[in-house]
Amino acid sequence: MPVPAPAPTLAPSLRSRPLTVALIGNPNTGKSTLFNALSGSRTLTGNYPGVTVEKTVGQMQCGDRAVNLVDLPGTYSLAPRSLDEMVAVNVLLGRMADIGTPDVVVCIVDASNIERNLYLVCQVLDLGLPTVLVLNMADVAATRGVTIDAKKLSERLSLPVVVTEAHRHRGIEAVREAILEATARGPLVRPKLFPPAFMAECDTLAEKLAEWGQPQVPYYLRERLLLDVGGYVEGHFLADKSHLLKAWLTEARARLGAAGCKVPAVEARVRYAWVREILDGAVVRPATRPVTASDKFDRVLTHRVAGLVIFALVMLLIFAAISWFAQFFMDAFEAGQGWVSGLVASVLVPGPLRSLVVDGVIAGVGGVLIFLPQILILFFFIALLEDCGYMARAAFLMDRLMTKVGLSGKSFVPMMSSFACAIPGVMAARVIENRRDRLTTILVAPLMSCSARQPVYVLMIGAFIPAMYLGGWLQPLVLFAMTFYGAVVAIPVAWILKKTLLRGETPPFVMELPSYKWPSWRLVFNRVYAQGKEFVQRAGTLIFATSMLIWAAGYFPGDHTQADKLQAKIEKYEADLSDEQKEAVGETHAILGEFKTETQDLKKERPTAAATRGKKIDARLKEISKETDSYLETLNPEQRNYLADSSTKRALDTKLLEGSLLGQFGHAIEPAVKPLGWDWRIGVGVIASFPAREVIVSTLGTIYSLGGDVEADDQGLRSAIRHAEWPDGRKVYNIPVALSVMVFFALCAQCASTLMVIHRETGHWGWPVFTFTYMTLLAYGAAFVTYRLALLLGM
Amino acid sequence: MKTLDQLAVGERGQIVEIVGDDNIAMRLMEMGLIDGEEIEYIGAAPLGDPREYLVRGYHLSLRQTEARRVQIQ
Repeated sequence: MPVPAPAPTLAPSLRSRPLTVALIGNPNTGKSTLFNALSGSRTLTGNYPGVTVEKTVGQMQCGDRAVNLVDLPGTYSLAPRSLDEMVAVNVLLGRMADIGTPDVVVCIVDASNIERNLYLVCQVLDLGLPTVLVLNMADVAATRGVTIDAKKLSERLSLPVVVTEAHRHRGIEAVREAILEATARGPLVRPKLFPPAFMAECDTLAEKLAEWGQPQVPYYLRERLLLDVGGYVEGHFLADKSHLLKAWLTEARARLGAAGCKVPAVEARVRYAWVREILDGAVVRPATRPVTASDKFDRVLTHRVAGLVIFALVMLLIFAAISWFAQFFMDAFEAGQGWVSGLVASVLVPGPLRSLVVDGVIAGVGGVLIFLPQILILFFFIALLEDCGYMARAAFLMDRLMTKVGLSGKSFVPMMSSFACAIPGVMAARVIENRRDRLTTILVAPLMSCSARQPVYVLMIGAFIPAMYLGGWLQPLVLFAMTFYGAVVAIPVAWILKKTLLRGETPPFVMELPSYKWPSWRLVFNRVYAQGKEFVQRAGTLIFATSMLIWAAGYFPGDHTQADKLQAKIEKYEADLSDEQKEAVGETHAILGEFKTETQDLKKERPTAAATRGKKIDARLKEISKETDSYLETLNPEQRNYLADSSTKRALDTKLLEGSLLGQFGHAIEPAVKPLGWDWRIGVGVIASFPAREVIVSTLGTIYSLGGDVEADDQGLRSAIRHAEWPDGRKVYNIPVALSVMVFFALCAQCASTLMVIHRETGHWGWPVFTFTYMTLLAYGAAFVTYRLALLLGM
Repeated sequence: MKTLDQLAVGERGQIVEIVGDDNIAMRLMEMGLIDGEEIEYIGAAPLGDPREYLVRGYHLSLRQTEARRVQIQ
C-alpha cells in the first residue's frame, strides 16, 4: 500500500509556475465532461508529433495556481501496444518535451463500475506521481445500490479521493482543491504488488539497460518491458541493441514462469488482487446485480429484429439530417455568397481585382463554409450517441458486417456519413482507436458517393441515357447504380489495404458496452463547437488556398480587357432593361441556340444528301434564317445589343479559359485522356474540378460558351455536349464516353477539401498524396475498362 | 475444456485460464477476465457476432474468436 513520501518543500520560484496536470481514465467514465467542466472552453487542440492521437490541453485555475490540464485518450490500460498508445505513457513519464513532467495525475473512474476501473488506477500508481482519484457518476452508483466509502479509500490509497457528478457540475471545486492537496503531498511511494522474483528481475534489467547505454530507465518502463510480450516498448526501446534486450527478456520471462510468476498473466492477477483488497469493506455492492432501466433498454436496442430496425432508423435520421437538413443551410450560404458577390460587383468595376475577390476569395471562403453544416450536424449526432452510450452499440451491431472487409463495427458510422460528404466522414473516423483500421476507413471513405457527384451524374444521364427504356426507369436505375458503385468498389479496396499496406494483427473488439444515460448537452455542444472551429482553422485555410490556386490557373495568363469591357456593358444593359425584357432576351437566346445547332447539323448533312432531301434542307435553312430575323425583330435595339454582347462575352470566356494555364494543361493531357474517349475539354473540366467535383458542370458551361452559371439539368448544356465534335466531325460524347466520365468521377479524388481534411486527420502529407494517387489510378483504369467494354457491347 | 463461446444464453461459468500471451489475451485479462472470476453470457448481436457478457458488474463485448480464448468450467 502506498505511503506518502516526506513532502518536499517547494522552492518559491516553483510555486508560481503553472502546474501540469494529466487527466486519465477508462472510456465512458465522463472524462471529457470533467475536462470541460474544469477547463471550460479554454482549450488548445493539436496532434502529438508523428501520431494521429489528438492532443488536448485546457487551462484552468486551482486557487491561485494556473494549471495546464492535459486530456489523455480514454484507455483501459497503460500497457502500450502501439505508438499511439505509447503517447499516454510518454506524457505521464515526462517524456514529451512540449508538455513536461506532470505534477499531478487525475485519475477518473466510473463509480458504478469501480472494480475494473481501478486496474488502470493501479498502473498509474506504479508511476509514483502525485495522484487524485475522482469517483465520477456517483449518482449512477447510488441507484445501483453501490455504496462507496470515499474516506476509507482515500486512507487506504494515501491520496485525495473526490466524489463527483461531472455532468451536473457537482464536485468540480473539490477536484481543484484535491489537485492542490496532491501537489502539496508530493510523490507517492509505489505499491509493492509484484512477487519478489519479479522485482529482482526488474532490478537486474536496470543493470542490463545501463550496460547497454540506457542508465536512467524509469521503473514503470522496466515493468512494461518485462510484462508486455511483443509490446511497443520492447520493440522500440533500444535501437541498436534491441536483439540483446529481446533475448534477455525471453530468458527472464522463462525464469519468472518457472518461479510461478507467469508473464503476462501475473500483472492482471496481482493488480486485481490489489483492487479486491482496496475495495474490501470500502465499497459495498448488492449481492445480485439489479436489473436496471439501462439493461431493459439494451434488451430492446440489441434485439435481433427491433435492434436492427431502430439502428436503421437512427442511421437514416442522421443520414437524412446531413444530406437534407444541411442542404437548407448550404443553400442559405450559397445565397449569402451570391449576395456578397453582387455587392462586391456593384462596387468594383469588372477587372482582375473583382475576379480575384469574387471568383477567388469569396468563392474560396464559400468553399470552406459550405462543409460546416454537415460537419456540425454529424458531430452533433456522434457526440450525442457517444455520450448516451449508443455509439458502442452501433459498433456492436455492425461489427459482423464490417469484419468482412477486415474492419470493425466502429468504421460503420464514418463510412455511412461519407455518403453525404466524405469530409465529416473522414473526421468521424476519430472514433476508431486502432490506427490501421482508422487509416483504412479514412482512405476508402472518399469512394462513397457523396452529394457532389450527383450533378455530374445528372448531366451525363440526362444527356445520354435514353429516357424511354424500361418504362422511363433506365435513367433512375443508372443513377442508383452510380450512387452505389463507389461503395461496391470500396469493399475490395479496403480488403486489399488491410492485406497489404495496413496489414497487421486484428485489433481486439474487447470493449465495454456502457450503461445508457442522458447525454450532457453542454458536452455535446462543446464538441460540436470545437469540431467546427478546428475544421475552419486547420483544413479551411488549405481548402481556401487550393481554390485560390485553381482560380489563378483559370484566369492567367489571358488578356481580360475586352471581356471586362463587355461585362461592364452587359451589366449596364442589365440595369437598364426591365425583367420582362431580359426574360425575352433569354428566351430568344435559347431558341437561337437551338436554331444554331440545327443549322450546323443540316449544313453537315447537305453535301452528301440526295436531291430531294437536299431541297428540303435548303428550304428549312431559309426558314430558320427568316425565323431568326423575326425573333430578333421582336427585340428593341438595346435588347439586341445585350444579346449580341452576351454571346460575344461567352465566346470570349471560352477562348480565355482555353488559353489559360488550366486550358493549356487540359490540352497537354489530351493524349492521356483520349484512351477514355475524352477530348481536351473534358480534360480541362477534370482539372478545374480538382477543388470540387461539381465544378465540372460550370467549367463545361464556360467551355461550351453557355456561361459558368449553368445547372446540371440545363437543356442548353445537354444539347451542347450532345453536339460537341472532334476536329474531324465525329461526336465527342456517346454513351460509352458518358459512362466513362461518370465512372471516373465516381472513383476519382477530385475533392481538394477531402484531401486537406485527410492531411489534417493523419497529420502527414503522405496519406492525402496516397489517396489522390490510388483513387486517380483506380478511376482512370475503371473509366478505361468501362469505355472499352461499352464500345465492345456496341453502345 | 469448455470455452466461453460455448455458454448458452443466460448461463454462467467460472474462468479457468486465458489461452496465449498476445494482445487479445492481455486485453481480456486487463478487462478483468482472470481465473476464478464468474462470467455470464447475455446474448449475441443481431448478426450473430459479437457477443455480450456480464463480468465484474459490467457489460463486455467479445467476438466469438475472442471468447474462444477463455477457458471456463
